[in-house]
Amino acid sequence: MFDHVTVEGVTKVYGRQRALGGVSLRLEAGRLCALLGPNGAGKSTLLGILSTLLRPTGGEVRFGSVQHRQAGRTLRGAIGLVAHESFLYGDLTGRENLRFFERLYGGGGRAQTLLSRVGLDEAADRPVRTYSRGMQQRLALARALCGQPRLLLLDEPFTGLDSSGVAALRTLLAELRDGGVILMLVTHDLAAAAELANHVVVLRRGKVAFDHAQSAPFARLDEVYAAHA
Amino acid sequence: MLRLVGLVLWKDLVVEWRTREIVSTMLFFAVIVMLIFSFAFLSEGRASGDAVAGILWTAIAFSGTLGLSRAADRERDGDALRALLLSPAPRAALYLGKTAGIVIFMLATELVVAALSTVLFGAALSAHAAELSGLLLLGTIGYAAIGGLFSLMLGRARSRDVLLAVVLYPIIVPVIIAGSKGTSSLLESIPDLAAARYWIKFLAVFDIVFVTLALWAFEPLIVERG
Amino acid sequence: MKKMFVLTLSLAALGLLVSPWLILRAPQESTMGLVQKIFYYHVPTAMVDFLTIYLCGIASVAFLVKRSPRADALAVASAELAVVFGACTLWTGSMWARKAWGVWWTWDVRLTTFALCEMVFIGYLLVRSYGGPGSRGLAAALALFGCADVPLIYVSVSIWRTMHPQTTVVPNLVKPMAVPFWVAVFTMLMLYLALLLARLLHERNRTRVDELYVAAAEAGLEE
Repeated sequence: MFDHVTVEGVTKVYGRQRALGGVSLRLEAGRLCALLGPNGAGKSTLLGILSTLLRPTGGEVRFGSVQHRQAGRTLRGAIGLVAHESFLYGDLTGRENLRFFERLYGGGGRAQTLLSRVGLDEAADRPVRTYSRGMQQRLALARALCGQPRLLLLDEPFTGLDSSGVAALRTLLAELRDGGVILMLVTHDLAAAAELANHVVVLRRGKVAFDHAQSAPFARLDEVYAAHA
Repeated sequence: MLRLVGLVLWKDLVVEWRTREIVSTMLFFAVIVMLIFSFAFLSEGRASGDAVAGILWTAIAFSGTLGLSRAADRERDGDALRALLLSPAPRAALYLGKTAGIVIFMLATELVVAALSTVLFGAALSAHAAELSGLLLLGTIGYAAIGGLFSLMLGRARSRDVLLAVVLYPIIVPVIIAGSKGTSSLLESIPDLAAARYWIKFLAVFDIVFVTLALWAFEPLIVERG
Repeated sequence: MKKMFVLTLSLAALGLLVSPWLILRAPQESTMGLVQKIFYYHVPTAMVDFLTIYLCGIASVAFLVKRSPRADALAVASAELAVVFGACTLWTGSMWARKAWGVWWTWDVRLTTFALCEMVFIGYLLVRSYGGPGSRGLAAALALFGCADVPLIYVSVSIWRTMHPQTTVVPNLVKPMAVPFWVAVFTMLMLYLALLLARLLHERNRTRVDELYVAAAEAGLEE
């Protein structure tokens, strides 16, 4: 499908607000990119554009050879998103939610595997309404994996997770990264992203303030963040 | 495509079967609207065919808005609508699935409301059940086709419930005219079947025009609601 | 655009000066007398109202297809003018009805259709003011559906009831009445274009100011 995503001079303007002012970067398979920056730096906007639901005002985004504005059904199926909202139906059980989205993505039969993978075997048949924030977060991640995405976008996925949940999510993300998925992770939890991200981008006021990729994961992110944000 | 329409519809039906929230609130609201209007229009316990038909369709229009808002809210809680739009499913299938759900909820309500008006007003609605069902079914499809689109589009606007009524009612006026005139022609002392069939055909044309337009407009409208 | 604005505005001003005089000099209609003279302004405003309604519909479709801000500016300008000219049509029509039929309002097909169009476009403006993000798209859908709805409203109401004078009046006007009538149509059209251009110029300036704000922020002038 595609094994890299290039962002070239992307701008996004809302009326008088400039959310992004010429962002360029390249995401590659096998890399987990930590997208850092203070509030209002344009992180969520960039994530929205990469999810194809927002159009850039200017610039170009390419998923392999496919351009953003040609984004169609096949491309949408290859992108997963975990956002602030759970993207789940509270009155359906965890299993039903996964089955529903799986079929929407044209697949089937992986719901049980995904539930085990995020550690929700026991709660699978309870309505999502009764889940804790952390459990919803896990299910949201399982949901984003329904379509076996090539590009997985995560907006603050550690929120609401307990320490074992954070550890499990880190393991899962490392597996996906080493399995060749393109990952982008927006987070303020620098400790949770350390030893995981092997690509760091810092956004400040809609522009790239720092962009560095290396083969081994970054041991510490707080120093990078302090220096550039 | 049809499989996905069915999937979205099935999901809405399962949720409704568990909560029974939409149909029960719509039904309650429709009945209360009927009662209020009957206090206003009834004299000596009987109403003219015109009044009964008008009350019936007003109750349908008002309670329908309630159902539309709630059905759209279900996609708004947890922002599930965004998840639907991110999926590779054709947007038209999502729209048709949601609209089909609303049609079913409304028809369930209408069945009870129509039965109730035969009891409350002694209206001979069952005499021409085929024509009445045609009017109700086609009127509801037209209503839901437009309402489903608008209610999903209203997104997170603060005053969305009011705005839904603002945008929906002027557009669906022909449905209300056709529905109530068609129904009242069935309720005359000598039922005017030709008139009822004319209004059924009119509603069919209305449905074709607006379902086509909504199918075309849904994708450009719903993508990037910014 | 500015030149066009000045031109149309001057033509409209000229027309507004000349046409009352022409209307006054036109022969009195035999049955209606003086009241008939409302017709010289009533019909042109109704014509312009239809023009602007469909212009709004076309611009809305263009906006939905291309997402061009210019199409959106044209749509909102025509929608605002649809409300203004619709109100003029209803008001002059109502004055006519009071004298001709003895009532301010009747459920005649054209009156009802115009009233509903007016409601659609008031709804359009309400959505744009309070609809939040995405309201431009929703308003465009409303304009598109409204335009598709006009013939259906017309048919449904006309079967319901009708009593408006026939529109065949216009082609059969005698010449002394036709001249002031078409001058009035021209005047209204120029007035409409002048207002439309003023609104478009306003919108263009606003976009420019927005762009300047963004550029200023870019240059670090604004903290």
